[in-house]
Formats: sequence, C-alpha cells, structure tokens
Amino acid sequence: MDFAYILTAGITTAIGPIAAIYALAAIGLNLHFGYTGLLNFGQVGFMLVGAYGLGISVNTFGLPMWAGFLVAVACAVVLALLLGIPTLRLRADYLSICTIAVAEVARLLYRAEFARDLTGGVYGLQGFADGFYDMNPIPRGSYGFGDITFSARDVWLMLFAWGLVAVACLVMWLLVHSPWGRVIKGIREDEDAVRSLGKNVFVYKMQSLVLGGVFGALAGVVIAINQQTIHPDQFMPQVTFYLWAMLLLGGAGRTLGPVIGSVVLWFLLTVVDELLRGLIQVGALPFLQSSDAGALRHAVVGLVLLLLIVFRPQGLIGDRKEMLVNVK
Amino acid sequence: MSSDANGAAVDRMPGVEPVPGSAKPDPILKASGVRRSFGGLTAVNVERLEVQRGTITALIGPNGAGKSTLFNLLTGFDRVDAGEWSFQGRSLNRLSGHKVARAGMVRTFQLTKALTRLTVMDNMLLAAPDQFGEGMLGAFARPVWQRHERLNRTRAEELLDRFKLLAKKDDIAGSLSGGQRKLLEMARALMVNPSMIMLDEPMAGVNPALVQSLLGHITALRDDGVTVLFVEHDMDVIMGISDWIVVLAQGQVIAEGRPADIRANKQVVDAYLGAQHDESGGEPGAETDTGESR
Ligand SMILES: Nc1ncnc2c1ncn2[C@@H]1O[C@H](COP(=O)(O)OP(=O)(O)O)[C@@H](O)[C@H]1O
Ligand SMILES: [Mg+2]
Repeated sequence: MDFAYILTAGITTAIGPIAAIYALAAIGLNLHFGYTGLLNFGQVGFMLVGAYGLGISVNTFGLPMWAGFLVAVACAVVLALLLGIPTLRLRADYLSICTIAVAEVARLLYRAEFARDLTGGVYGLQGFADGFYDMNPIPRGSYGFGDITFSARDVWLMLFAWGLVAVACLVMWLLVHSPWGRVIKGIREDEDAVRSLGKNVFVYKMQSLVLGGVFGALAGVVIAINQQTIHPDQFMPQVTFYLWAMLLLGGAGRTLGPVIGSVVLWFLLTVVDELLRGLIQVGALPFLQSSDAGALRHAVVGLVLLLLIVFRPQGLIGDRKEMLVNVK
Repeated sequence: MSSDANGAAVDRMPGVEPVPGSAKPDPILKASGVRRSFGGLTAVNVERLEVQRGTITALIGPNGAGKSTLFNLLTGFDRVDAGEWSFQGRSLNRLSGHKVARAGMVRTFQLTKALTRLTVMDNMLLAAPDQFGEGMLGAFARPVWQRHERLNRTRAEELLDRFKLLAKKDDIAGSLSGGQRKLLEMARALMVNPSMIMLDEPMAGVNPALVQSLLGHITALRDDGVTVLFVEHDMDVIMGISDWIVVLAQGQVIAEGRPADIRANKQVVDAYLGAQHDESGGEPGAETDTGESR
C-alpha cells in the first residue's frame, strides 16, 4: 500500500472545491444551530434551490452568470421565508420537522415530470457554467506542491470557492461579535428571556434562517459550477447529515468550526476510503469487495465521530467550559 | 423586618377604598375581565384590577392562585381568553411580549432566566433599548454601535454595582448562585428603563443577608418613580415594603388594601395568612424550598 499516495489523496480532497462547498453550507448551519439554536435538518434544500437557481437562470432563461447568482440567493430567501413564517413562532421542533420535509419535497418537485421544461426533471441540467470558466484568468498548466497538483481550472474554482468561504467567515465573525450576535446567542439559550427585554425574537430568528440559507444556496451554486451539471438526486437528506457531522466535529458556535470540520472530515473520508481500498486489494479483507469500500468508509467515519463526540463533545475547537454550563 | 425604615408609614394611596377592584386615583395599569383557563381549570379570573402609579404593590396568594399566569397574560407571554387591559392609557391587548416590554412594562420570571452562557455584562447590555448594532445591517457599523455600547456599559456598571454584581461582570452568568441570578435578572430588567417592573418572586433563593438590600433597591426604585408590582410569599417582607396589597385566590382578587387592611381582613388571614405564618416559623426550610426555583 502506498501511504504517501493515500495522504496526498486526503490532502487534495481536504483543500479541494468539495470541502469548500461543504464548509460554506456548514457555515450556514452554524449560524442556524450554533448561534441561534435553530434545528435545521434541511440545509440541503437551500443547496438545491441555489444550484438550480443558477442552472435554470443561465440554461433555461439565458441570463448571465451573475444574474444566476442573484436568483440563487433570492431562491434561498424565499425558501427561508416559506419555512420560517409558519414555524418560527412555534416550538423549536416544528421548524426541524418542516425543514427535513420541505427539503425532500423540493427535491421531488424539481425532479418531477411536470417540472422538466424548467429543471430537466430526472436528467437535471448541464452546460451552464461555461461563463465561469471563460473568465478564468489563470494560465493553463499544473499547480501545486509535491504530489498535490491541481489544474488551472481547479485553481480558479478553488480560489472562488474558498474566497466565498473566507467572505462568509468574515461576515459571520462581524455578526456574532456584534450586538446582533448577542441577541441571537441569547435566543439560543432562552427566547422568552430575550423577548421580555423587548427584542422581536421572531425577526431575529428569521434573519438567521435567511442568511444561513443564503450560505447554503451559495454552496449549491459552487456545486453547480464545479460539476457543470446538476441532478436532483444528489441533494439527498444525507448531505444535511454530513453537514451536521462537520459542524459538530469542528465545533458549533465557533466561526471556524464548520470550516475545520469540513476539511478534517473530507480528509478522513478520503483516507479511510483509500486505506480500505488498499487493504482489500492486498487481500487483507477477504470478505469485502473493493466496491464495498465506499459504504464502509461511512461506518468508519461514523465511529470516529462517535468517539469524538464522547471524548470531545465541544468539537475540535469548541469551548468545553461554555458547553458544559448548566443552562437551566 | 423594618416596616418603618422604608417609610411605609406614608400612605401613598390616600382615600382608596380597600375593596377588591377598587379604583385608584392615578392608575398606570388597568385591567378588567381578564380570564384564562387551562382545560377545565380557571387559572385567572380578574374582574377589575388597577395599579397606582409610583407605588409598590404586592400580589399575594397561595401557590396555584394564578399570580404567575396573571403576569404572563398582562405582559404578552400568554393569551387571554377574555378581558382587556391598558398600560399608561394604551391598550395592550394582543400585543406580543417584546412590544409590552418596549411600552415600558418589564417583567421577570419566577424560574430565573439568566442567560447562563453569556457574561453578566452581556446579559445587561442585551437589555439596553438603544443599540443600533442590534439590527442585522447595523451590526456592520462597528464605530456607531461601539459608541452606543460604551454608553450602555456605563449604565450597566452602575446597576451592577447597585446589585453587588460588579465584581462578577466578566464571569459567565452560569457561574452565579441562584440568588445572584435573581439579582442579575432584576438589574437586567432595569436596563430596559421600564416605567413599571413586575417581579415574580424576586426574593426566592436570595441569600437572607441580601434580602434587606434588595428591599432597599425596590423602595429606591419606587422613589425614582418606577411602579413596582411584585409577587412574594414572605409576609414580613410584604407588610414592610408594600404600599398596597392585592390578594389572589383561585384566580380571583379576593381582597385589596394597605398592609393594615389586609392584616385586619379576617377572610384573608383565615385563608392565607394564617397558613403562611405557620410556615414562616420554619424559615430555613422555606429557604431551601424556594432555592430550587432557579
Ligand atoms: N401552561 C399551563 N398549563 C396548564 N395549567 C397551568 C399552566 N400554567 C399554569 N397552570 C395552572 O394554573 C394555576 C395557576 O398557576 P400559577 O399562575 O403558576 O400560580 P401561582 O404563580 O400563583 O403559584 C395552577 O393551578 C397551575 O397548575
Ligand atoms: Mg408563580
């Protein structure tokens, strides 16, 4: 087994566009759950409307790339309002039930036959990202260090994706270190207390839901650009659960928590995957086919997460003291 | 306790009839026909209630009398089945909790709601009404909100000092004792600049050594012009500090009056005070009992 290769593969994934996509969506989840206490189990729904917002604008309506961006953001705002208006005045569980259901319903709607003219139905959309790659200012060639290399296309996309992550982190840092952030952290603990001090809790929760959803939609936009094709069935509920795993792994309620969570989890996923594949190839795991590796890596990562949550419930960079405060 | 030290001898309710629902010369709060039932149980059924501006009014009654429910209804934390009420001449019906607070009527909770993971100072600053940075866009205007923050911080420090919490301002509120959390909640409510403050069992769980100074704060508030309505069980405290007492039983106002009137009211003494006085014989027991209410 080539351990150097495995390590290289892990690092390549951890700094690649996919990790940036998940980091961006997890930042939104961090605003929802880590700071406001909103349980959103449908973040993938925001990614879906973001990806399709771009795809449909450019493909079906022939709009320019930047307009597709705005449409993606607008779709996330609408979805957040749809989710929030009926549920945010109710107990916290109503929002979580609605998010998981609405995200799944959205996927089914986008793949439905009657939506095919707009969304391409089960066949999805392709060929809308050319505008992005045409703008690539980076000369052709191979970039990287050691065995870790990226094409000019990848570098351009990574600059864009990690640039968005950096902007999102900056926005989050400014927000959570402001009086606005203090109010949402108060809501996370006890919204009645905050209400009794004259704050309109509903409006704050809605703002948080909308902005976190917009981060999710931006992640969807990057998915669309990265793949140059989108497909409804890649927006399955497990995407949201990966995001939750990343958030908890990195540390909820920390600006960099979701970013670190995404990078580390993608590194682990890839390394475990490659290790399993290698072990199967040398015949160390005779009861497994190499096609089982993909499924098994999830189990192994689940175990790693379980251990982390038992021994480090605050996540990699969370504050254990703060987390263990007796809240009641 | 000291019924003379705080000047309870001054009658702030001259000429008011000590009967349930009596009209006050200058009411800040007027309620009528306020009803709320939970299933078959009528928790609150207040025919008429007026609270005189600039006084300390105590709301007493046995456990389950509906005192906390009445607070919840009046402050927009629960929906009435029927009834209306106004505060400073403005109808508050159907107003949600945050609007009631902004109108100047701020309440505390029987089960303390200190925001335990925020610092003591952040608890205070959160309550300040004027903070541009609490808007989502305002949050990005750091120089503007930092100026507001400085002004609010000065006021918060004064209040914390008054409540003997200044030394703890940078600790997280979760590290405070139950009694200190009660004090913090009261100081925090004052940060809102209320014209009327409603305290639900403010003394419960507070160190007896601190109770005296807490009483001092409450009378000082009144002397600053803030109207105080509070729920309390300790009869000595109530008799010593209140200008007016309202007795609630099974959701209804069964008596109202000055401390002397209530003491002389046979119905109240039989129904409530008698039992209460027996209980207050076991003072330490009562303390630990209320200690869990944080
Ligand atoms: N949310 C609720 N659901 C059902 N019953 C309630 C609720 N809140 C209060 N009650 C009932 O209403 C009555 C009054 O309660 P409460 O206002 O808490 O009394 P107090 O504060 O005077 O001790 C009690 O019998 C209580 O059990
Ligand atoms: Mg009560």
